[in-house]
Amino acid sequence: MTRPDNPQPSFRPPLLRRYSAAHLAARGLTQRRWPRSWRDHDLDSRYDVVIIGAGLHGLATAYYLAANHGITNVAVVDKGYMGGGGSGRNTAILRSNYLTPEGVRFYDRSLRLYEDLAAELNYNVMFSRQGHLTLAHNDGALRTMRWRAEVNKVQGIDSEVIDPRQIKELVPHLDTSTDTRYPILGGLYHPPGGTIRHDAVVWGYARAADHLGVQVHQNTEVTGIDVTDGKVTGVETTRGDIATGTVINCTAGWSTIISEMAGVEMPVTTSPLQAAVTEPVKPFLHTVVVSGTLHVYVSQTDRGELVFGASVDPFTSFSTRGSLAFAEGLAGNVLKLMPALSGMRLLRQWAGLCDMTPDYSPIMGPTGVDGFLVDVGWGTYGFKAGPVAGEAMADTVASGRVPEIIADFGLDRFSSGRLVGEKGAAAVGH
Amino acid sequence: MLSIPCPECGPRDEIEFHYGGQAHVAYPADPHSLDDRGWAEYLFYRDNPKGLFAERWQHAAGCRKWFNALRDTHTYEFSTTYRVGEPRPDVADPHPGAAPAGPSTPSNTPSSPAGGTL
Ligand SMILES: Cc1cc2nc3c(=O)[nH]c(=O)nc-3n(C[C@H](O)[C@H](O)[C@H](O)COP(=O)(O)OP(=O)(O)OC[C@H]3O[C@@H](n4cnc5c(N)ncnc54)[C@H](O)[C@@H]3O)c2cc1C
Ligand SMILES: [Zn+2]
Repeated sequence: MTRPDNPQPSFRPPLLRRYSAAHLAARGLTQRRWPRSWRDHDLDSRYDVVIIGAGLHGLATAYYLAANHGITNVAVVDKGYMGGGGSGRNTAILRSNYLTPEGVRFYDRSLRLYEDLAAELNYNVMFSRQGHLTLAHNDGALRTMRWRAEVNKVQGIDSEVIDPRQIKELVPHLDTSTDTRYPILGGLYHPPGGTIRHDAVVWGYARAADHLGVQVHQNTEVTGIDVTDGKVTGVETTRGDIATGTVINCTAGWSTIISEMAGVEMPVTTSPLQAAVTEPVKPFLHTVVVSGTLHVYVSQTDRGELVFGASVDPFTSFSTRGSLAFAEGLAGNVLKLMPALSGMRLLRQWAGLCDMTPDYSPIMGPTGVDGFLVDVGWGTYGFKAGPVAGEAMADTVASGRVPEIIADFGLDRFSSGRLVGEKGAAAVGH
Repeated sequence: MLSIPCPECGPRDEIEFHYGGQAHVAYPADPHSLDDRGWAEYLFYRDNPKGLFAERWQHAAGCRKWFNALRDTHTYEFSTTYRVGEPRPDVADPHPGAAPAGPSTPSNTPSSPAGGTL
């Protein structure tokens, strides 16, 4: 494997088929078909690095391996289709107003990478910085928010507690009256937060990684991992065996199954998280609104649909079916916040699998099996972390060292008692 | 909506129940002899099989008793439910091979007392 001494850019040749306004006009007028964004390949018998899972995390890791370190003999394998896991099912909220200094620093780096992502990938990822508002309905929640705001400010993050009058100005449709069952006492306002087009992020990374020589193999399920004398030697898949010395587990909700293949135990359990979307209406909501007490959050897409989410299902599971209990509970709670929505109709609901950890922080880095690394534990909040996780995992593989920005997220923290508790900032507001 | 058979009350709607995670995780028999890894396993590590799973439920809006169940985490099928203190019934996985099998019994329960059923 090539490990250049100074890994900072730039193995980035210009994209051959760049998207541009002129390109768009020409294609539109001539009705010519667009070139494919990425290629299919036969599976080779060996790769320098095999990444399991073609979600955002696997694809971003592959992209940064190639772009920042010149490591291009990389296969990303997925049992289904690209983005078919949580990366194509999330509600695409980005923010960095976490509770611990480790978390805030980490997610802030991701947001900075997101800022320039459209230009870097030559792909419109539709990052919309509409602001992010978390509501407090009781003293306990308000206290946690003050704490969060202070932690955020120390790290230079725009984040402050605002009162019900300011909340009403920001989101006029919220019921801020004081005689409700769960009156709004205040909120944590985080202007740099917002939403993004999740599919575009996944496709943008895939296209750019493909362009740099990375191979993405869809419909290729990993069925075993070969470990000899404590070292990874290969991966077994439904399309043949691959010899490799480096495997990265980026399979989120399925990650315990993969780690077990390498003999690695992780404190991760899998829970479904559901979301739903309404028919489109005129834009009226320009802020992401989250209520931890009511277990619900709302945002409006560029197309006008309202996107609703909640906390994870009440029991662990590997099923992605939705439930009526969720839709009923959600509707009731949304109406407590915004009674004016009572006439709106739900169009769809769906579920994705979330890899939950005890402290609501990810697990990243080496595992004790040489050459087997994990990038898991993304729970309900991992989409926003895709860029920084990919950058840091690529750095780990290329340098053989764990970079400081993820040093606190190692698997060993559960034995040493150094948990990074983010439940107060991540259980409902993803 | 699932119909869950409470051992005391019979089948009732899912919303009457509260979930309690993996069953048969015994308190360490000799806490003083446990090392850091052992404590981490007792506190944080739980099995996460795709398939048959022994887990705790409480009939919160009924008799309020805790009980154990064998449920398939993929199909949601309840194979059986049984009272706290009873050993895990010997039920074959109704969908074997649905996934690379995880350990069907808690492999990471440190030094559980013989026959420890909780
Ligand atoms: C409803 C919902 C809302 C969410 N909202 C937000 C949000 O607002 N903000 C946020 O930051 N995060 C959110 N999340 C979380 C976020 O979606 C995930 O943390 C993130 O997408 C994880 O990305 P990933 O690439 O690690 O995994 P995934 O995208 O889940 O990809 C894992 C891939 O592994 C593949 N795989 C599994 N087993 C195998 C195998 N044996 N062989 C080969 N491939 C395999 C799967 O097919 C899958 O494609 C939400 C999640 C859900 C479900
Ligand atoms: Zn009962």
